[in-house]
Amino acid sequence: MIEIEIDGKAVHVPDGSTIMDAAQQTGAYIPHFCYHKKLSISANCRMCLVQVEKAPKPLPACATPVTNGMKVFTHSELAVKAQAGVMEFLLINHPLDCPICDQGGECQLQDLAVGYGAGVSRYQEAKRVVFHKEVGPLISMQEMSRCIHCTRCVRFGQEIAGVMELGMANRNMHSEIQTFVGRTVDSELSGNMIDLCPVGALTSKPFRYSARSWELTRRKSVSPHDSLGANLTVQIKNNVVMRVLPRENEDVNECWISDKERFSYEALNSSERLTKPMIRVDGALREVEWPAALDYVAHALKDIAKTQGGEAIASLAAPHATLEELHLLQKVTRGLGSGSVDFRPRRRDFSADGKRAGTPWLGLKLSEIKDLDAALVVGSFLRKDHPLFAQRLRQLGKKWNKVSLLSVGGDDPLIKLHAQVTVAPAELAVALARIVKAAAQLKNAAVPAGLESVEPCADSKAIAESLLEGDKRAIFLGNAAEQNGQAAQLHALALELAKITGASFGFIGEAANSVGGYVAKALPTALNAYEMFAQPRQAYVLLGVEPELDCANPQQAVAALKQAALVVMLTPFKHGAALDYADVLLPTTPFTETSGTFINTEGRVQGFNGVVRPLGDARPAWKVLRVLGNVLALPGFDYDSSEQVRDEILPAGAEFVASLDNGLNSVALTLNAVSNGLQRVADVPIYFADALARRSPALQKTSDAAAPAARMNAATLAQSGVADGAQVRVKQGPGDAVLLAKLDETVPTGCVRVAAAHASTAALGDMFGSITVERA
Amino acid sequence: MLNQNSLTRIDREIAKYPADQKQSASMAALAIAQEELGWLPSEAIEFVANYLSMPPIAAYEVASFYNMYDLKPVGKYKLTVCTNLPCMLTGGVDAGEYLKEKLGIGYNETTPDGRITLKEGECMGACGDAPVMIVNNRKMCSWMNPEQIDKLLAELE
Repeated sequence: MIEIEIDGKAVHVPDGSTIMDAAQQTGAYIPHFCYHKKLSISANCRMCLVQVEKAPKPLPACATPVTNGMKVFTHSELAVKAQAGVMEFLLINHPLDCPICDQGGECQLQDLAVGYGAGVSRYQEAKRVVFHKEVGPLISMQEMSRCIHCTRCVRFGQEIAGVMELGMANRNMHSEIQTFVGRTVDSELSGNMIDLCPVGALTSKPFRYSARSWELTRRKSVSPHDSLGANLTVQIKNNVVMRVLPRENEDVNECWISDKERFSYEALNSSERLTKPMIRVDGALREVEWPAALDYVAHALKDIAKTQGGEAIASLAAPHATLEELHLLQKVTRGLGSGSVDFRPRRRDFSADGKRAGTPWLGLKLSEIKDLDAALVVGSFLRKDHPLFAQRLRQLGKKWNKVSLLSVGGDDPLIKLHAQVTVAPAELAVALARIVKAAAQLKNAAVPAGLESVEPCADSKAIAESLLEGDKRAIFLGNAAEQNGQAAQLHALALELAKITGASFGFIGEAANSVGGYVAKALPTALNAYEMFAQPRQAYVLLGVEPELDCANPQQAVAALKQAALVVMLTPFKHGAALDYADVLLPTTPFTETSGTFINTEGRVQGFNGVVRPLGDARPAWKVLRVLGNVLALPGFDYDSSEQVRDEILPAGAEFVASLDNGLNSVALTLNAVSNGLQRVADVPIYFADALARRSPALQKTSDAAAPAARMNAATLAQSGVADGAQVRVKQGPGDAVLLAKLDETVPTGCVRVAAAHASTAALGDMFGSITVERA
Repeated sequence: MLNQNSLTRIDREIAKYPADQKQSASMAALAIAQEELGWLPSEAIEFVANYLSMPPIAAYEVASFYNMYDLKPVGKYKLTVCTNLPCMLTGGVDAGEYLKEKLGIGYNETTPDGRITLKEGECMGACGDAPVMIVNNRKMCSWMNPEQIDKLLAELE
């Protein structure tokens, strides 16, 4: 520790700290633009100049390491004069357009100009003009004359997003922030550059000119998208959500959010919002009042339960539903005498059900990731499935270079990887078994039963070695592993590997409430999410699911729904396909219009309140289910608030869920023979992953929202007799889709990568099933 | 994009740095690419960037920072006149003006026959020889009074 004095206050800071770090401890404010605690130091704005005793001239606080006995003056005459001088230079070329600037009111340059700028400019000459740039649908670079060249956006790309898309071209007064030859910024974290920009050079395209920052009310919320549960600040005006920003929580999302979380608010005000209950009368959906709709649903469900037995009813929820909604859905379903309730529509293999030791979770706290010595991720499209989780691993990869990825798609995770192994989905379990066996052999431990015939390869040995070194290591199963046909085997294998190596093990989690669903016991005692469609039921209650896009096998799901006597959908949106098979549409609210709880992947309980009033006649789903319980005269539905529902599930005030355990009882390892023929590899593209992202116009214009293609490597293309760029018909069972064939060498041989969750592929079957390709 | 000779030369530059820091060779590699192609089209910058496993924009930052990289086509001969302070005080600006008049073009322009491009340059580190100019980034010319300039122009066929 080093002792220094800042403005007369003594402070102890660790060796290697800068004056800026020390000042933050004492609470002394040093003005700055280019400095950001999460980015590297560049010291190019010079705003943080301070006086240091015995130094002949002012020094930049962000880049000056402290030394013992240093005396710093942040507001001495010399320091203030230096800061005012820098400010005068910064303002020379900065336009005076604050009244029409989107950043006005939340601009660091504006704020600091009040404190350090002069009232009148001494500069008489012409200001420089920088042409606007076009970088895609999310970031607006219309007024680049405002840029003060702090390079925060450039460093963010290099260090946090992992891909340098913006750079500073040219030299001195001709410097300009731009992309390479006018390309777009495609990173899934790009929106954070808007927050980082201290001036109005980078602004949010969807938000531009829609409100001033001082008109907005800030409300806390929690992201309903991926399993991280990023903390959000939702800004509203006149009961409309205008913008979503990150709310800093170092343990969860640090100070970032992904573009999906930032821009999908546009869907909240979409014209597709369902605002009135609808019932099918004489073949057409008609708007009705709530009492009529609920009476109709209750009678119809009771009728079916009475005449055909409770098991004729099945309920399916999206894993994005809140804890309270999931709890009440399973309660209603069980009250009707059915055990067929589930919240995992994309799963294929349920053989771990009933054998789990507790609630599956990440296996460690998110904040512990930075202390890991090595990590292995199995079955994940990491960047697109979990942008911020990938960001944490990226920082780890930079530090230790011991992050490995075993997956079914060879996408570049933009992480410095130790090893990357890409295999067909059916071979994922065997590939993981190789690592298990390699680890057992390296450690001279007993090889688990069932792996006798497995032969470790060079890659699996390298991965096993990395998992045996260091103190803290972790194994993570991603979405593609959980959705795999051998999910339970992968689970059991990963447990074996964790046991042998001493690493922690966990699931990254598919959605906002993947842990919450287990806690709410929205789990089947009869038919699971796959079986309820494979063995068609008479009645379905769907909560927030869009079956043709959200199910493991949309073809089968839609067929089952079409034959059912009653399909009740609780949904915020009325979408095209549902209008074919839904009998009742009940308008429920998205996360901004309801209170509720999400439990993130580390088991953190995060409650939130509604930030705006429900749109039209839409009502929070927990209220709808409560009233439905009342109308059905089921016992125990006398709740006054969502907190009462939560308290029934969790002990009051719980910060973390208690029963977290990834253990598995009595699952024997049996490695199945690899299937023949072409296999489908289905990723869930980031901006089709949930109902909100699907309806955000800005996100739908990004390159990540491009229509799916049939991607194959050269060998598979040749084997199928199709050329790169040709139209092909891909078939699964009775359904098909016509797509463009695309050469992609990262797809394993014998596989065709066809994305799920898109209307053009909704007629296809299993996400990782067999598939055929022919010329269209 | 580049011929084998250039690639061999770039490989030799890469070998001077640690294997995981290939981008250290970016300046040399861009110069070699420019030597072969005459100038640096964005395709060439991207090619070099990919060859050195660096983002294209990072290579573009380098190419646009330094004066001697040409991001637009130039004539057969590129004449760069130093107009920094020591040269300026010793006739550098006059030398530039003389060339402009003689060639009938301004700075950053090329003669209609595509022979000579005139550029304004930064200090070339030979202030004692002022005014200086450099031909095609390689051949340094000292004490460039009008007679010397005429002699130089006569040589540039």
